[in-house]
Amino acid sequence: MSQAATPMLKLTRKDFMSDQEVRWCPGCGDYAILAQMQKVLPELGIPRDQLVFVSGIGCASRFPYYMNTYGFHTIHGRAPAIATGLKISRPELHVWVVTGDGDGLSIGGNHLIHALRRNVDIKILLFNNRIYGLTKGQYSPTSELGKVTKSTPFGSLDYPINPIEIALGAEATFVARSVDVETKHLQETLRRAHEHKGSAFIEILQNCNVFNDGAWEPITDRATKGDHQLVLEQGKPLVFGKNREKGIRLGKDMNPEIVTLGEGVDTSQLLVHDETNPSMAYILSRLGPQFPTPIGVFRAVKRMTYDEGANAQIESAKKRLGPGDLEAILNRGDTWVVK
Amino acid sequence: MTTHTETPPRPQVPKRTEELDEVVIRFAGDSGDGMQLAGMQFTNETAVAGTDLATLPDFPAEIRAPAGTLFGVSGFQVNFSSHDIFTPGDNPDVLVMMNPAALKVNLRDLKPGGIIIADTAEFTENNLKKAGFATSPLEDGSLAKYQVFPVDITQMTLRAVEGLNLNTKVASRCKNFYALGLTSWLFTRPIDPTIRWIEGRFKKTPELVDANIRALKAGYHFGETAEMFAVQYEVKPARLVPGKYRNITGNSATALGFIAAAERAGLPLFLGSYPITPASDVLHEVASYKNFNVYTFQAEDEIAAVGAALGAAYGGAIGICTTSGPGMLLKQEMINLAVMVELPLIIADIQRAGPSTGMPTKTEQADLLMAIYGRASESPVVVLAPATPGECFFMAFEAVRLAAKYMVPVIYMSDGYLANGAEPWKIPKVSELPQIDVQFRTSPEGFQPYLRDPETLARAWVKPGTPGLEHRIGGLAKEDVTGHVSYDPINNEKMVRLRAEKVARVAMDIPRTDVRGDPSGKLLVIGWGSTYGALVEATERVRAQGKSVSHVHLRYLNPLPPDLKEIIRRFERVLVPELNTGQLLKIIRAEYLVDAKGMNKIQGYPFKVGELMQKIQELLEE
Ligand SMILES: Cc1ncc(C[n+]2csc(CCOP(=O)(O)OP(=O)(O)O)c2C)c(N)n1
Ligand code: SF4
Ligand SMILES: [Mg+2]
Repeated sequence: MSQAATPMLKLTRKDFMSDQEVRWCPGCGDYAILAQMQKVLPELGIPRDQLVFVSGIGCASRFPYYMNTYGFHTIHGRAPAIATGLKISRPELHVWVVTGDGDGLSIGGNHLIHALRRNVDIKILLFNNRIYGLTKGQYSPTSELGKVTKSTPFGSLDYPINPIEIALGAEATFVARSVDVETKHLQETLRRAHEHKGSAFIEILQNCNVFNDGAWEPITDRATKGDHQLVLEQGKPLVFGKNREKGIRLGKDMNPEIVTLGEGVDTSQLLVHDETNPSMAYILSRLGPQFPTPIGVFRAVKRMTYDEGANAQIESAKKRLGPGDLEAILNRGDTWVVK
Repeated sequence: MTTHTETPPRPQVPKRTEELDEVVIRFAGDSGDGMQLAGMQFTNETAVAGTDLATLPDFPAEIRAPAGTLFGVSGFQVNFSSHDIFTPGDNPDVLVMMNPAALKVNLRDLKPGGIIIADTAEFTENNLKKAGFATSPLEDGSLAKYQVFPVDITQMTLRAVEGLNLNTKVASRCKNFYALGLTSWLFTRPIDPTIRWIEGRFKKTPELVDANIRALKAGYHFGETAEMFAVQYEVKPARLVPGKYRNITGNSATALGFIAAAERAGLPLFLGSYPITPASDVLHEVASYKNFNVYTFQAEDEIAAVGAALGAAYGGAIGICTTSGPGMLLKQEMINLAVMVELPLIIADIQRAGPSTGMPTKTEQADLLMAIYGRASESPVVVLAPATPGECFFMAFEAVRLAAKYMVPVIYMSDGYLANGAEPWKIPKVSELPQIDVQFRTSPEGFQPYLRDPETLARAWVKPGTPGLEHRIGGLAKEDVTGHVSYDPINNEKMVRLRAEKVARVAMDIPRTDVRGDPSGKLLVIGWGSTYGALVEATERVRAQGKSVSHVHLRYLNPLPPDLKEIIRRFERVLVPELNTGQLLKIIRAEYLVDAKGMNKIQGYPFKVGELMQKIQELLEE
């Protein structure tokens, strides 16, 4: 890497702010996410020119314009594909993808799945506001059943999908959830995604205060969030509640159940979070509506990345066959000379 | 030549050798009979023997269609000659037929007096019925005007591989090589290139090397010994331009052209693709050259394939994607973006007969307007088309060169006929290929993302990872020079016009248009793409009758050659033959306000020389 020799960079949040005026609606959750990213990046010691933000289309996808790094605002749903081509051919770059619930799960669902399945070393941030913001408020694939919007005046008829389940089903090697307003948690989750080698997926619960205000209110409201957030920590029992008085254990029917600590139950009976355990990730991703919403890292495992594999194939081909000899391949097979 | 002890002793039967100038052979059988392979190997043999040649593979989309059916027939036609030829020939002189269905489908094309070699073992009652013959044409006298050689190819093949412990099914699969051996003998083609090919292909299964070579040789020796073959034919080498040659298909040449261009640019090549007939072979071939700094990426669909190629181009690689019509449609939105962000991107559309899934293995030229115009809003790109299989190499190379020079998407339009067709190819010397000079911008001094080169109007290519040049690009309207998002109306029109002007300036790179025939006269025939061979031959033959017809073949379709206007003016009439309903015709009429006429065929097959000549003569007489 060209920057290997430079001493530890002293960058600040300001260095990552571009000269473009931010054009999200006042109060939009996207501001908070942008701010956390701009706070985390200076601490990572990566030169700005090594960072690339690739996005699709939507309010969320305007993100790259506001980052003073390399940025590519592409087309609706296709950012993972473009980021994949970039990362394969330039594995030394740090490539982040910013997408929305419509961009990433509707029009671009297929690309999202395949980028995750390939374990391309890109970091995908899906801003989930459960609505199409940029097109002014139609329901999205994560909107709740019966959602009344301009395009569904009598309520939506399709069941929502859960981004975390999609990511786990696609075998992403890093799967997490965070919240726009949980600044510390979000920063930590971004940092973890950066440190992960392989495709990282973070669903960020984001408030669209114009078209879907309060979509995540129980999880974000100070008064209720204790009961509605389950903060995942590696190696720690699943405890939640305003006074951390509740926990989750596995019931006799192998289904998770909520228990109150104290009444003959202590934390030793609770499920202990393990980011490397696929069953744990699966259970957590499918907790029903009566359960709190898990935030944090569901899964973090190591696997060969696609970009490593692609570059290793080139190197091994060079070793085996020697560097490409154009003259030789043009003259391959049976040849004859006309005098 | 070594002989196997298994082959019967060869009594010396005196044979006559007749010299021929040009021969057209068509091999046909079930799609599982290996006729494409037999045809390709025969092509290679005659190429090595130094004749000129052209081929027309013609196979169904089904991999193994039900045996013996008419729609399951797979054919391969090769024309070889001691003089220059340009087409696979309108009508075969020889049919090598592996079953009744093949005969049924192909007989109508055979020249009177032509040769039929047929595998008698397959002319069973059941097969005859499937092919719609009431009685066996080999026995009922209906083939009296042809020379028929009934040979029990199946049985003889089984006998040739006896003792190798192959089951009958595997053993009888060698019969394509038996038929090839016999045909090779009949036309005095050398079989050692095929032996070498078999040895390479079946390296891992020595018993198949043995079996196929035995079948090949048995067929060859049968020709030598059987009394029914009294004459052997010879076609002398053609007097081609001196140099070193190989036989090449259009898809192979396309793959090599892309690799050569990336090499000459000194950049990695990134090929994103999603399998589709007839483009897949380009992906396959490029994938085998990883040691050339080649990334091949089989994407989840065509959109991701072109997206990944664009991502790689953004990163500083030569980004290419290969596809055919249905995939081309899916890529247009990404090409639209590439137009907007002004990155080099090469899209190869190996056209096939449509619309929709259409006839995947058949050829057509009906994607032209889609390539030039088929995107949202004003979205100009460069469009190129090679004219022959060998030329695919140079036009693929040219596509990369222009994309990098002008920072623009280039659509390269081959088709099924070029893709699978083969011809002798004079191998270029690497040192004679142009250098592709790519300069990545590294200096932050005065940098603006949309500053343009005053001559080409290209913006700078900047690789992410370059310190001090961090900037954002995207599909939203851009302010001139700064590239900032801008909805200013005047600026928008200016940028639309700048992008168009940049593509128009590619005309500076177009070589002078070659007019075949007189530079002026009665009729000018304008063609593009794979119709080249048929148009050359048709116009030459009509000219030889003393008539005034000339031919221009376009390799650059957008922009058009700057001298075309002047050339058109010098002719009284213009004819534009195409394998579509008149797409280039529309453009020629609109651009040059000339009352050009079309000649159109949408049958999945190339033009025949005869039908073109007829149309040309008609127009000359009107
Ligand atoms: C091909 C295409 N179809 C439709 C659109 C219109 N469009 C723009 S953004 C969007 C939805 C975005 O929703 P989401 O991804 O949730 O982003 P948000 O605006 O909510 O952040 C749509 C449908 C488009 N730009 N391109
Ligand atoms: S529409 Fe909603 S998501 Fe979009 S900027 Fe406004 S508040 Fe944010
Ligand atoms: Mg949304």
